[in-house]
Amino acid sequence: MSPDRNVIVQVKQLSRQVSLNDAALTILHPMSFEILRGESVAIIGASGSGKSTLLGLLAGLDLPSTGEVRIAGQSLSEFDEDGRAKLRGEMIGFVFQSFQLLPMLSALENVMLPLELNGASEARKRAQHWLARVGLGEREHHRASQLSGGEQQRVAIARAFAVNPALLLADEPTGNLDAETGARIIELLFELNREQGTTLILVTHDAQLAARCGRRLQLRAGQLDLAA
Amino acid sequence: MKIIWLALRMLTREWRAGELRVLGLAVLIAVAALASVDGFSSRMRLALAQESNRLLGADLVVVSDQVPANSIIRRAQQDGLQTAQTAQFPSMATVGEVNRLAEIKAVSSGYPLRGQLRISDSPSAPDHPANGIPAPGSVWLEARLANALNASVGQTLQLGYAQFKVAAILTSEPDRGGDFFNLAPRLLMNATDLPTTGLIQLGSRVNYRLLVAGQGGALEKYRVWLTSHLAQGQRVLTVRDARPEIRNVLDKAERYLGLSVLLSVMLAAVAILLSSRHFLRRHLDACALMRCFGASQRTIVALYAVQIMVLGVLAAIAGMALGYAGQSVLAAMLGKLANLALPPADWLPFARAALAGMVLLAGFSLPTLFALRHIPALRILRRDDNGLNQMGVLIYLAGFAALSALLFWQVNDARLTLFALAGIAATLLVTALLSWLLVLAAGWLGLRMRHNVRQGLLNLRRRAGGSVIQIAAFTLGMLALLLLTVVRGDLLKDWHASLPANAPNRFIINIQPDQLGAVQTFFKTRQLTGITLHPMIRGRIAAINGRPFDPAQYQDMQTRRLAEREFNLSYSDQIPDDNTLVAGAGWQGAHAAPQFSVEQGIADKLHLKLGDSLSFDVAGTPVTARISSLRKVNWDSFQVNFFVLASPVLLQDTAASYITSFYLPTAQTGALNDMVKRFPNLTVIDVSAVLKTVQDMLDRVSAAVQFVFIFSLASGLVVLYAALAATRDERALETALWRVLGARRSQLLLAQSVEFALIGLFAGMLAAGGASLIGWLLSSQVFHLPYQFNPGMWLLAGGLGSTGVALAGMAGLWGISRVPPLQTLRAAM
Repeated sequence: MSPDRNVIVQVKQLSRQVSLNDAALTILHPMSFEILRGESVAIIGASGSGKSTLLGLLAGLDLPSTGEVRIAGQSLSEFDEDGRAKLRGEMIGFVFQSFQLLPMLSALENVMLPLELNGASEARKRAQHWLARVGLGEREHHRASQLSGGEQQRVAIARAFAVNPALLLADEPTGNLDAETGARIIELLFELNREQGTTLILVTHDAQLAARCGRRLQLRAGQLDLAA
Repeated sequence: MKIIWLALRMLTREWRAGELRVLGLAVLIAVAALASVDGFSSRMRLALAQESNRLLGADLVVVSDQVPANSIIRRAQQDGLQTAQTAQFPSMATVGEVNRLAEIKAVSSGYPLRGQLRISDSPSAPDHPANGIPAPGSVWLEARLANALNASVGQTLQLGYAQFKVAAILTSEPDRGGDFFNLAPRLLMNATDLPTTGLIQLGSRVNYRLLVAGQGGALEKYRVWLTSHLAQGQRVLTVRDARPEIRNVLDKAERYLGLSVLLSVMLAAVAILLSSRHFLRRHLDACALMRCFGASQRTIVALYAVQIMVLGVLAAIAGMALGYAGQSVLAAMLGKLANLALPPADWLPFARAALAGMVLLAGFSLPTLFALRHIPALRILRRDDNGLNQMGVLIYLAGFAALSALLFWQVNDARLTLFALAGIAATLLVTALLSWLLVLAAGWLGLRMRHNVRQGLLNLRRRAGGSVIQIAAFTLGMLALLLLTVVRGDLLKDWHASLPANAPNRFIINIQPDQLGAVQTFFKTRQLTGITLHPMIRGRIAAINGRPFDPAQYQDMQTRRLAEREFNLSYSDQIPDDNTLVAGAGWQGAHAAPQFSVEQGIADKLHLKLGDSLSFDVAGTPVTARISSLRKVNWDSFQVNFFVLASPVLLQDTAASYITSFYLPTAQTGALNDMVKRFPNLTVIDVSAVLKTVQDMLDRVSAAVQFVFIFSLASGLVVLYAALAATRDERALETALWRVLGARRSQLLLAQSVEFALIGLFAGMLAAGGASLIGWLLSSQVFHLPYQFNPGMWLLAGGLGSTGVALAGMAGLWGISRVPPLQTLRAAM
């Protein structure tokens, strides 16, 4: 248990290796850092520097080779896969580069899905509220596949905030969008983040976007460079 | 509970999105096919069970070809049982100038002991229960006979040497088979009139029945007593044996229909497998996403399991409804085969069909579903496509187990199930292997072709797995259809063609020795030449090689019955030209030594060998000789033939009746009317009318089977659709990439249509090959006909297959080539 209740993410000696043709390939070298509640942190680095792997480990989607990740004081290694899923459901929201909306569902149903999975009450009402909040109140019955890229990402943001997460993980949220749409998405993301007091960790190689974050963690070939 | 509600909500969303329709359709068809056939046959069986004593006209019947002995009648009466007697035989009935073959039934008072006779005043008038039996001097005619004879109530009818008044139209007779089991229509008369007709003479084949009815205890006592007092050739029918001919045909129809159903079910299983796999594959991302949102493995499996099972239940309910309609159609088509009032359909077969559909669905989709548990949530960040590929073997095993269980349940015979499964597995394997070879060949050819065609051919090779499944599925569907249409038609045509144009079309039986000269003169005056009259003597086997003959030595009931029967024996100066000697030597002339020649088939059945000494009991006199030859007889030739033929010295002094068959040109039909008038005891059998009846029955049964094959066809189409859907995403991406690289729409369409057309062509060729093979086996092994190769079938199958699949495939992809490429590429990223 971390004595500091202000720390939401605590990373200790975290590393990740994969074996490729009997040879161990280190994707992430051992690293340690902490992220405080309400902070906004950008993980930046070139393609293949290990950004997404780190994000996956922070979310408990993948397991580290050494070290541990603590979310709000709880070590992810203490849980089994289902336990980690439960923790994600309660604390973490996601925004992905490729939006990851389910194409056969409407915008509203996409936002409702995590609420329904967690057995939240008034799922529909809350989903409607968040869709209106991202400016898509008029389009809640459109199928995901009928929306533009920017609109899809706004639905994804509504979906992420709808579960009222303590921690929001965003993986290249503007990676699939043109500059103008991307900028508007970023505005929205930061605005909601401020409003909700959420901790935001985003992976990007967009320097402009990174600059808007309170802190930047630079990854170079799997090494954390705190100098950034 | 929350999970179930969520699953139901998700189900409605998926349904709206069209994701689950193929899966639902496959289950629906399987259930509908099973329910149709089972629903129908259970109604038939129920009718048989409910009405069996009515169908027997009694509680117990003693059947024999001799008048039942007084002792067994007296015994029944002493036991306080009711009795009645009937005698049944074919004969000619004449009204005015018209004569027709009728099935005469002479009944004693008290008949029927169970059920009732119904009659009317004219064929169109409403009927009412008859009061007793026809009065002496009068007869009742079935409407079919009255119409054929142009007879109406009140007219005079000649039967044998006696004249009768037509007193009523017979509309219902309890112990009467359906129309199709009776080649000739019924004439009902009073048994006391029988002697005056002079119809029952030496050699007449009469079926005598003693009907017995009474209380259970007395009846059972009598039945036990009977078993030790039956004469040879007598047998007892109880309600359990009622209407063996219907049971027989029903068994055959069930087996035939059952096979068609099995095919639909198999195809449906393939469709279920393809579409559930496709459905779940499309939901890998959704699963990973839900893992991100905190859903546990159990939750995810439960969510999809509930969705699929609820879908299954809904589809099964719809399938039951469709099956209900299907069984009514079958009942309308086949119900007439038996003269039964079918009770309303029972719910049990429908529930069974629904359960079977669920078992299939579970067997083929749940294993895939359980594999979903291992989808890593990380997939959402790193799109490597792992997870579903390792469970291939498991799912096929599970599916096959489900199919086996279903089969065993349907057939209820482990051996048959095993054979059927082995057959299915072998067919699938061979089809898959051949499809695979064709796919390889296409790939090889593709490398040597021009661009667009080349792409189509290479695609076939690239998607080898999918192509093989698609080809195999279409092959099975088309094979079934070809067998039922082309091969069946070919066989019938071949059979008709194997008969010469002047094959005999009339039989005359019952010619008495004193009529011989007059009948021959009659033929001569009508220019009907070359007609041989064969003597016919009835005898029962008494001993073989000096040992008394016991029919009970034969295990097979049919053989036993055959052995108990009286044989029709004949004699002639030599073995007939159209018989082929297969062992031993024949004889020449009227004075040849005493000997028998036996037909090979019956010799095999009764275990008779060349050189065996055979004794017949002919009207109380033993006739014994050695078997000097075995013959092969072409029974389809419509020539008069005998199982056992003797040299003349053996039988020529025995009283005989005579039989002949000959070709009667249509123009001379009148001659026969004159003959029947002059010799009323003769029975003329019109073979073409008999053939027509048999043909009608065949047509009806095969129409029913074709109806059931609609389900197979529908299943086949669902498989086609499911197989196309399974590769649709891949094709969409490919199409988009092609377009990005500058391919024109026409180029895309050409490449795709080449691929589809080839799949259809291969399936058509394989199906035609299979159908030819089966057709050849049937003609050479079963029907003994020379096989006619039918190139038309190959053209038809290849043409239909390639255009059908190409059109269906292109229709499915039409939209894809219109979607802007970027949209597709973005969606696939």
